[in-house]
Amino acid sequence: MIPKQLRNFPVHLVLIVAIIVFAFPVYFAFIGSTWDAALIGRGQMPLTPGPNLIANYTNALTSARGGRIIGNPVQILLWNSLQMAVAIAVGKIIISILSAYAVAFFRFPLRMFFFAMIFLTLMLPIEVRIAPTYKVMSDLGLINTFAGLTIPLMASATGTLLFRQFFLTIPDEYVEAAKIDGAGPLRFFWSIVLPLSRTNIAALFVILFIYGWNQYLWPLLITTSRSMETIVIGIVKMMGTGEAQTDWNLIMASTVLALLPPVLVVILMQQWFVRGLVQTEK
Amino acid sequence: MQRRVIFNNRLLPYLLLLPQLVITVVFFFWPASQAIYQSVLSQDPFGLRTRVVYLENFLTVLRDPLYIEAFKVTIVFSISVTLFVMTLALLFAVMADRQIRGAQTYKTLLLWPYALAPAVAAVLWNFIFHPSIGIFGKALNSWGLHWDYQLNGAQALVLVVVASSWKQIAHNFLFFLAGLQSIPTAVVEAAMIDGANSWKLFRSIHFPLLSPTTFYLITINLVFAFFDTFGVIHALTHGGPGRSTTTLMYKVYMDGYVNLNLGGSAAQSVILMLIVSVLVWLQFRFVEGKVHYT
Repeated sequence: MIPKQLRNFPVHLVLIVAIIVFAFPVYFAFIGSTWDAALIGRGQMPLTPGPNLIANYTNALTSARGGRIIGNPVQILLWNSLQMAVAIAVGKIIISILSAYAVAFFRFPLRMFFFAMIFLTLMLPIEVRIAPTYKVMSDLGLINTFAGLTIPLMASATGTLLFRQFFLTIPDEYVEAAKIDGAGPLRFFWSIVLPLSRTNIAALFVILFIYGWNQYLWPLLITTSRSMETIVIGIVKMMGTGEAQTDWNLIMASTVLALLPPVLVVILMQQWFVRGLVQTEK
Repeated sequence: MQRRVIFNNRLLPYLLLLPQLVITVVFFFWPASQAIYQSVLSQDPFGLRTRVVYLENFLTVLRDPLYIEAFKVTIVFSISVTLFVMTLALLFAVMADRQIRGAQTYKTLLLWPYALAPAVAAVLWNFIFHPSIGIFGKALNSWGLHWDYQLNGAQALVLVVVASSWKQIAHNFLFFLAGLQSIPTAVVEAAMIDGANSWKLFRSIHFPLLSPTTFYLITINLVFAFFDTFGVIHALTHGGPGRSTTTLMYKVYMDGYVNLNLGGSAAQSVILMLIVSVLVWLQFRFVEGKVHYT
């Protein structure tokens, strides 16, 4: 009989190789962010960190200017992305928890019609209807505004479905007890439903934060002023056509800064992240 | 499922629904109907007169060899991404499902790429596969492979597939792992008592019981490859060289924004809407029929 440690060896090997393959693009980005542009441009970047770490990150954060690049300071880009991601996540959670509450705890004419309307938005991701949505935005004068950047991304059914599903598991007895105690629907929502939904809200927030942070096509179209640029757009613009002789050290420092927040959210809030991902897509 | 005890209130439910309904109507139903309306109109070159042309825009689009080309690219691209992602994700999930030391750590270290934006994935892969400064790009060239994805369409497609898949594997891995962990141990143990080896076990127990997850992930990955990979393509290849990485989504963007062909772009949007509707409908059919193992 082969000892257990040895039998599991191929399993560990596959997983370790997978982890290395997953990590190496980020590892090289980090290495690139610690050397100078000229060295990288000559194709001589070593495999270990260099001396320019602090200089590159300071430059990226405060000015993002190199020999070839005139970028937007990454601290502004990060702040823009943070605002956008939080606004999308919070906005979507608020509107969907309210509508789910209405659908789950009331009977009223056209209830299922409205629910079906919300449900239909699942059919079309924003990318598909992007041209006509852009037209609507310009008719409403929302191009280059924060509202125009965030509100259309809140129109989706996933949150409503998740909360409705959860609300249906709240026992009828709770509602009865609340009614006997004289609590109205708003009081019941605030004192019972909202506290019970905490885990679901946290899970949804993690998913939506990443969704918002990683938006690309929509900000690309809606924000033409540089002061509203998000970090993802900013980096792609810095890279341009990807010439060898560009400030790769700056681009890589900015890239590392761009991927840290969402990656940290996934790692630190893994329980909620996994829960949110599996539930919102179910 | 219906609730027995409910609140009686005339106005309140409508007020609660209002924010979501307003956003849905203004940013969803209005644009979607505009797209359908635009797609049957034709504008003269000066934008002075529009007339209804019914299905002419659709016929023009479907007869356009460039559109057919983009269609082919999309099919090759999405099938490659789906196969690549699902094979690796399933392999990793089966491994991580074993009772081994550090299973939780492995899981965390395989999950994080989910957090990356597709465009950021493109920047990262560009840096390592750049033909003259990238560590792998240089290596491929020194082995005499003539690696330059900015000139070679097939190589560009490979790079776009790899960068897109890299980001998506984590997502599929999580769903496969959840699926594997919901398979009752009794079934697996029974098979082991009957003398099944690990390949047999996988083929006749794990894989069939995973089929709902597998079908679900196929549609999710196709939707991902159709739309979410726009960032990868836009950042990495701009649809080129030539049109070798121009997918349907990228073409909608190019025709609508860069070339300002509104009728044609609207018709393309409507075709995309139909494709997604079919995919989402398939997804719901399979989720409805989801097998429960308990």
